[in-house]
Amino acid sequence: MSVLEIEALNVWRGEAHVLHGVDLSVEPNGVTALLGRNGVGKTTTLLAVMGLLPATGSIRVDGEEVIGTPSHLIAQRGIGYVPEDREVFSALTVAENLRLAERPGVEHRYDLVYELFPDLASRPNQPAGTLSGGQQQMLAIARALLNPNRLLLIDEPTKGLAPIVVESVVEALVKATADTAVLLVEQNLWVAAELASRAVVIDEGKTVYAGDMDTLAGDPQLAGRYLGVEVR
Amino acid sequence: MSSFVLYTITGLGLAGLYFLLASGLSLIFGLMSVLNLAHGAFFAAGGFAAWWVMDSVTFLSPGPRFLVAIGAAALVGTVTGALVERGLIRRLYGKHVEQILLTIGLGMAAVALMGGWFGYDPRLLTQPGWFTDTTEIAGANIPNSRLLILGVAVLLLVGLMLFLSRTRHGLIIRAGVENPAMVQALGIDVARSFTIVFALGGALAGVGGALGAVYFNGISPSLGTAQLIFAFIVVVIGGLGSVPGTALAAALVALTQVYVNNYVATGLGSISVVILLALVLLIRPQGLLGKAAP
Repeated sequence: MSVLEIEALNVWRGEAHVLHGVDLSVEPNGVTALLGRNGVGKTTTLLAVMGLLPATGSIRVDGEEVIGTPSHLIAQRGIGYVPEDREVFSALTVAENLRLAERPGVEHRYDLVYELFPDLASRPNQPAGTLSGGQQQMLAIARALLNPNRLLLIDEPTKGLAPIVVESVVEALVKATADTAVLLVEQNLWVAAELASRAVVIDEGKTVYAGDMDTLAGDPQLAGRYLGVEVR
Repeated sequence: MSSFVLYTITGLGLAGLYFLLASGLSLIFGLMSVLNLAHGAFFAAGGFAAWWVMDSVTFLSPGPRFLVAIGAAALVGTVTGALVERGLIRRLYGKHVEQILLTIGLGMAAVALMGGWFGYDPRLLTQPGWFTDTTEIAGANIPNSRLLILGVAVLLLVGLMLFLSRTRHGLIIRAGVENPAMVQALGIDVARSFTIVFALGGALAGVGGALGAVYFNGISPSLGTAQLIFAFIVVVIGGLGSVPGTALAAALVALTQVYVNNYVATGLGSISVVILLALVLLIRPQGLLGKAAP
């Protein structure tokens, strides 16, 4: 059974009807990339899954409908969320950001987190607001990895980062996502192809492609049509 | 020199009252974006609870009785705060106009209710004799009640800072002031913290009311409402959601008020505070220790 199954998802943000018919599913292991041009509603899809935007249609986590469930109860089903723009708590220290993410009743994988991100281990008392962009991204990912989650929703983890930092974030994600289902929003097709085995493309608020990542990345015409990018 | 010391300690005592009223307002606004215009009612309710204890619990000698009075004021503030959040405000999160109408109405209804019960004239608080004695500090004779108010306020400031920095609830509140949706997305029920913050704000304001009844020589239903405007100025100057900022701003506002009233002209103190507010808004619109809006 899929970890996450979305059918006919419709979301309005204010007056704007952003999503009108997104369908996708995320299998229990591996990374599914959620792709599409800027502003097609990728972030909106993740926000709807987390219960942070009102939605209609169907969003099932492990077969159970979650539309209408409060966000904290959705997260407690074992969903880790790494939002666009990181959203670390800037006034809290690194250690406090992680402590806040500790979910009661499960093991907290500090060993894993500090092994992946030694940078965080060496500065527990630094306010998160004074971290570099790359370190903030690591903290945002660490927050989601701390609990053993069923599903990770990761929104543009490489956005605005220097190429060398992108590499280390990708490396950490490869290791971190080996045993968890992931829905990854990524603008950078190279990063998406590196991490994901499956891809879903949305365009004008609807799913237009669902299938193999390699097929998509290997077909310049297809990728160009849906993503507006040139593929090497 | 001795009058300067007296004015300073008097000013700091007033700062303590402003802090107790403003810190709850600041946390409530910071976490829930609710402008609680009924907060003055918590202050007055605490004052009347203290007055009632001092008037009725006569089998205790005045010293211990005052401790009970402070506890009763805190309890009344806590319960009122929690009930207001659970019963009324909870339905109106995100609806700012409705919140303002509700809290204004609630504040007015509370004044009328207390007026009907206790009357509108100030009720004098029975005070332990020690309060009206004086202690000599740097040549000035300071009424002990001023020192007491200052001491309790500092104690509560330290306690509040410890609560916010050392407990999980405190951690959730500090994170929630920044980004409640993200706290929720981490699997934490932020709404529980909303009730806790209202209860905490009510408790602090309630204690403020008990001490205010000493400072202002009596408690009347509208005393809290009268102080609320200064508390709002303190919140804005200090920076929304910042407890240390609120403490600093409370001292700044109260000292300005007392110095100007005594050294320049009586009655100019309140106006000078408004000028201070305007200056801070021009130079540092996010407040002294607040974060700039993104």
